[in-house]
Amino acid sequence: MTRKGRRLALIAVALGVVAAAVGLALYALDDSIVFFYSPSEVLQKNLQAGARLRVGGLVEPGSVTKTADDKLDFSITDGARQIKVSYEGLPPDLFREGQGVVAEGVLEAPGQLRAETILAKHDERYMPREVVDALKKQGRWQEGSAKP
Amino acid sequence: MIVEIGHFALILALALALVQASAPLVGAWRADRALMGVAASAALAQFALILVSFAALAWAHLASDFSALNVAENSHSAVPAIYKFSGVWGNHEGSMLLWVLILAAFGALVAAFGGALPARLRANALAVQGLIGAAFLAFILMTSNPFERLWPAPFEGRDLNPILQDPGLAIHPPLLYLGYVGFSIVFSFAAAALIEGRIDAAWARFVRPFALIAWAFLTLGVAMGSYWAYYTLGWGGFWFWDPVENASLMPWLAGTAFVHSAAVMEKRDALKVWTIFLAILAFSFSLLGTFLVRSGVLTSVHAFANDPRRGVFILAILAFFIAGSLSLFAWRAPQLKQGGLFAPISREGALALNNLLLTAACATVVFGTLYPLALEQIAGDKITVGAPFFNLTAGVLLLAACFVMPFGFSLAWKRGDLLGVAERLAVAMAAGLIVFIALIAFRRGGLAPVAAGLAIFVILGSLSEVAARVWRGGASLSVALSRARGLPLSFWGGAFAHAGAGIVLLGVAATGLGAETIAAMRVGVPQTVGPYQVVVNTVGERAGPNYREIVAAMTIRSGGAFVAAIEPARRQFATRQMATTQAGIATIAFGQVYVSIGDPDADGAVPARLYWKPLVTLIWLGACVMALGAGMSLADRRLRFGAPARAKSNAAAAAAAAR
Repeated sequence: MTRKGRRLALIAVALGVVAAAVGLALYALDDSIVFFYSPSEVLQKNLQAGARLRVGGLVEPGSVTKTADDKLDFSITDGARQIKVSYEGLPPDLFREGQGVVAEGVLEAPGQLRAETILAKHDERYMPREVVDALKKQGRWQEGSAKP
Repeated sequence: MIVEIGHFALILALALALVQASAPLVGAWRADRALMGVAASAALAQFALILVSFAALAWAHLASDFSALNVAENSHSAVPAIYKFSGVWGNHEGSMLLWVLILAAFGALVAAFGGALPARLRANALAVQGLIGAAFLAFILMTSNPFERLWPAPFEGRDLNPILQDPGLAIHPPLLYLGYVGFSIVFSFAAAALIEGRIDAAWARFVRPFALIAWAFLTLGVAMGSYWAYYTLGWGGFWFWDPVENASLMPWLAGTAFVHSAAVMEKRDALKVWTIFLAILAFSFSLLGTFLVRSGVLTSVHAFANDPRRGVFILAILAFFIAGSLSLFAWRAPQLKQGGLFAPISREGALALNNLLLTAACATVVFGTLYPLALEQIAGDKITVGAPFFNLTAGVLLLAACFVMPFGFSLAWKRGDLLGVAERLAVAMAAGLIVFIALIAFRRGGLAPVAAGLAIFVILGSLSEVAARVWRGGASLSVALSRARGLPLSFWGGAFAHAGAGIVLLGVAATGLGAETIAAMRVGVPQTVGPYQVVVNTVGERAGPNYREIVAAMTIRSGGAFVAAIEPARRQFATRQMATTQAGIATIAFGQVYVSIGDPDADGAVPARLYWKPLVTLIWLGACVMALGAGMSLADRRLRFGAPARAKSNAAAAAAAAR
């Protein structure tokens, strides 16, 4: 192979790999990005069943019910509106009524989420930032009460 | 008093780092040997001072001196001694101190053992290393001083975060930092080469040992972090594509690419500019990782207390070093003598392709990690880029790299014989194909069958290259053994590292074959998970040194026969009012039964998550094999640091050894 041919081969392979990477990224971005909303936003935007999202807010006091086989039902509230969440599995260590929580999953019906993962705060000093943001949005966050 | 000594030593270290960053640079420019010589002594002294500083902080932690703010906030008198010590870096300030300690250690390593290096290269490299040190020492002293006092001193500390009260804290951060920060020296050498405007195959030989050390530790550090997350979070996952994990994966990918392209540069004098670029890239990602993890832009267990000043400071350091080195690169790289081109079908051709795939994978990880941050800043939308994205991009590209791997390892330099290599790899390929087809037949879908087939191909491919070299021409066993002994250690290193990668891949592929159930378990009622039955024998309470725990004693049986006993627990730490989950894990062959429990219900049932994870330990064992490979390569006599000088004169070597 000539010098020119070799260079061309190298450039062609490089372009091929870059094109593959960009193509894969664009394809994957299409269906694996998850947006984060508060319960009010979910209802305002009128998101339909099948949408994948994260919802953050407080676990509404009195809403947690454990059904058989460790199915867990509760509501996430941002003070104004609520989203019903059903979850199968063990909630995280610090999942409590009245505490901040983020649930990720698929909307089964408008206002009804089937969660696949649940995040809660990890300790008294650390909380997922999305939970903090959700609390800030509804004015329940006091600076200094806990460090994010 | 001791705390103040630590503080003072750190200030002195900053002063020395500034000297180290400037004097040798001027010396190298003016060809002044005395000024260049400052570099080595400054580097050694800087390391000694930071060591004193670190020891002072460690003493304060071990002695539970709560008049030191850092100790009061992150320790407790009841914490076991091992966690008092590892708690030194279990907080923002202390972990940054460990960071600069390791940075200075690598500088000291070059100072102590770099006698065979060209004086100018060494002086410039140490100057750059000094500059990095100065920046981070200033960061610590100005925004994250670990030696602040607290008055009046409290009687008791606020305790170490219970998640961090784990042997993992003693192992994971030091290993990871040795890798992360180890690439600083590679970066410094690259910057030195650019400053000098000269680069040759010898440069790659000088840098090789450091790159291998850093790569081996980074591999272990990432694997250890993965195992820690696996057993402590109670979700049974080994990799979450969490931004913090990605932060350690990015320098690993760039570093892996660097190790390979440096080999091409050393052997074939090609890919020189690219290698320099990768050196800059690898450490830039280390810095980016430090920024992501330490500044508080991300939320994770790694983000300790949050202070915006720190984020801005690290961002400034990040911008300075990345922009500075890339500008230097843009300015100087065109002047570097270009390396030769090479034939596409050759080992260097395969390594170039592997480099492309690794960097492309790295780019997708960078994109997936930074895109949500950028989007939130620009559009205010909050999004998460999850595992599916990374599996489909970086995952696929890395699988492609795995496919190329055995070919590259078996091809000859210069001009390879692809057909001959394919013949040599035929058995490995066939085995991989059989596994792939068998898995497709059993259960379809996903990347798992591809990954498993490739894993077998990679492992057997490495072995068949060894076999081909040892049994060449149908040699007898004794000849084969003596040939095996005669093969260079660096070859064995490569074989182990590649086989290790295959082993990791096999473990990852097997995760799809496991079983998982969630159940409310009652005493005496067996629960099936995979091929095993798990029974709760008793549920009781127990007191630890600084916690109380609810323990469910369980037995694992297989068809009535006893296999193992486990004790998953939930620990309640009083000081921080926080609970952690201790998974019960039994390793059976290379697989694991993994059980994590929740708080028992009012009627005594224990909610539990049970997993059967076949071959899961291969993920971490494979990483150890990879690091072992790097270690063997490192031990190769011919390639040891400073070997060129020794080869020239044996007398000098003897003298050096006597010293």
